[in-house]
Amino acid sequence: MSKSILFLAHVSDAGNTLPKTSYEVLGTALKLTKQFGARLTIGLIGADVTAAAETIAAAGADRILAVSGPDFATARYASDAAAAEAICRSAGAELILAPATSRFMRSLAGVAHRLNGCVDTHVTTLEAVNGELCATRWHYRQRIEGVFRRSARPWIMLLESGCEAAWTGQPAAAKIEEIPVTLPKAATRTVVTGVRAPKSDAQTIRPDANLLFVAGAGWTKKQADGKPHVDVAEKLILDFLRVSGASLGGSKSLVDQSGESEAVLGFMTHLNQVGQTGSTPRHAKGLSTCCHGEEPHVVGWRFINERRAVNLDPNCGWARGKADVLYIADAFEVVAKLNALLAEKSRISSEAVVSQD
Amino acid sequence: MTNGYHIVVCGSVVPDPLQTLEPVATPNGPALKNEMMLPAVLDPWAAHALYEAADLASKVAGSKVWLVSVGPKAKLQQVMMTIAQRVNFEFVPVDSSASGFADAHSTAALLAETIQGIAELDPWRLLVFGGWESASRGAGATMQLLGERLEILDQFQGVDQLRVLADGSFEVLERIEGGRHQVSVCQGAPALFGWATGNLPEPRNNPQVGMANMRTVMPALLRAKPAPLPTGGWHFLSASPPKQQRQTRVVKDLSPDQIAQEIAEWVGK
Repeated sequence: MSKSILFLAHVSDAGNTLPKTSYEVLGTALKLTKQFGARLTIGLIGADVTAAAETIAAAGADRILAVSGPDFATARYASDAAAAEAICRSAGAELILAPATSRFMRSLAGVAHRLNGCVDTHVTTLEAVNGELCATRWHYRQRIEGVFRRSARPWIMLLESGCEAAWTGQPAAAKIEEIPVTLPKAATRTVVTGVRAPKSDAQTIRPDANLLFVAGAGWTKKQADGKPHVDVAEKLILDFLRVSGASLGGSKSLVDQSGESEAVLGFMTHLNQVGQTGSTPRHAKGLSTCCHGEEPHVVGWRFINERRAVNLDPNCGWARGKADVLYIADAFEVVAKLNALLAEKSRISSEAVVSQD
Repeated sequence: MTNGYHIVVCGSVVPDPLQTLEPVATPNGPALKNEMMLPAVLDPWAAHALYEAADLASKVAGSKVWLVSVGPKAKLQQVMMTIAQRVNFEFVPVDSSASGFADAHSTAALLAETIQGIAELDPWRLLVFGGWESASRGAGATMQLLGERLEILDQFQGVDQLRVLADGSFEVLERIEGGRHQVSVCQGAPALFGWATGNLPEPRNNPQVGMANMRTVMPALLRAKPAPLPTGGWHFLSASPPKQQRQTRVVKDLSPDQIAQEIAEWVGK
């Protein structure tokens, strides 16, 4: 039976709220607090946490702890680890729940070591079983699901997005206990200088998009006339992303082509790669086109709820048993028609908005 | 940087991604069915780290690369037959489990002990490389835990680029949300880098490199002692592959217009 739970978060890039997934983790923390009859502490890190703290002040935590100041504005390992360590020690919690943001994924494992505790990342479910907390996460890149518990404490768990309903509540005044942390000189050898977007002309990775569009190597292969049409493929895919607002994923074979001197889609980088050695993004819907292959590729849309595929091969392993609908058709033709339809739909709805105004 | 870097790459073996993986229960927790029979490869992100390390070492005179691998000796030997032909390194194997169900804390402890045992290493020239996550455990925790044990405060994960600047400092690009990179400047070694894919292609096999490496690889494998990995209080209740099989509706008789119409309606719902 755990007596104290710490919900740990950092402020978002905007500075006045928390990353979206943090509210989902807060929902989980509140659920467990109730199940275990525990005390909940909130810990926040950022340049100024006041506005973000107000968004969750109504959650009913016993304490809200914070480490703030210019030194903690950016995601730097040394300062984030020092801040999280100070909050964890002050809270004295046995269970520490945090969102699996890139910032925390880069620092909280180190904090677990400093606290002589343990850490688990990419956690998808937390459940109380016979009074003990059990966690679920994937092993072998989303191919085997493990359910486990740990005896070491404190136990830091980084939870994935999309696994729990987000907590919602009205903003309220927050009573924040500031914990002073002075960084040693050795912790300031690294300076974060900025953020750089990928080389793509357009932003193609959109984590909050409703739809994931997966492009396979077929887009760059010879078509019915015996020639590849990479330029046409590029235009079709970018147009689709523009009119649909979808995020773009690519199969490994397509992404790797740039290193093999084959025709490539100019905007496709390793950051777009989904699958066994890429990412496994979470979107409500997924549409795969010109993809082929088996399990290593299919893990790329393990967390996509509704899936459809367009492929010329009716026996494609990417789709059979993995997709809800498999259209046997030429993706070049289908996506061209689809773009026209979505563009028309977009035009009609924007005209409707204008006429209402 | 006049004396070069001492680059230690941590990377182990994982089952070839094309293999079907089936979990089985053992007295020591979950394992893979016929695990020792499965063909293995060097963990993909660790492989990128190795290639980046070799590239950096080739550009900075006086640098040297070590590859520290925790895994079953037979599997390490198999993988070295190909990896050793690609880039120059000194191999430091540890005969232990490379399972995806092994505890990251125990693996990090073993790695730290092994690295600290390399007599030649200068901690002020040390760069620790590895994959930001493995294709087995996939936790992204081992490198951080290792860095803490080696008391390295400058750590970077999801690294796609490391550039040595004129004053000896590093510019580092780390992956963050939305397909973007965070840019940092670090004053220099010691530092730890958990690599994503980087930017280098896979080096071609070079038999001369292979022959040079194998002079140290085989004796090192012979010397490697078995090292147990404690479970660290990690207790599995189950390990199972996903069972969900969808009833795919195969649509063969619609025109592109009709398919586009159907998809457009679905996208808009």
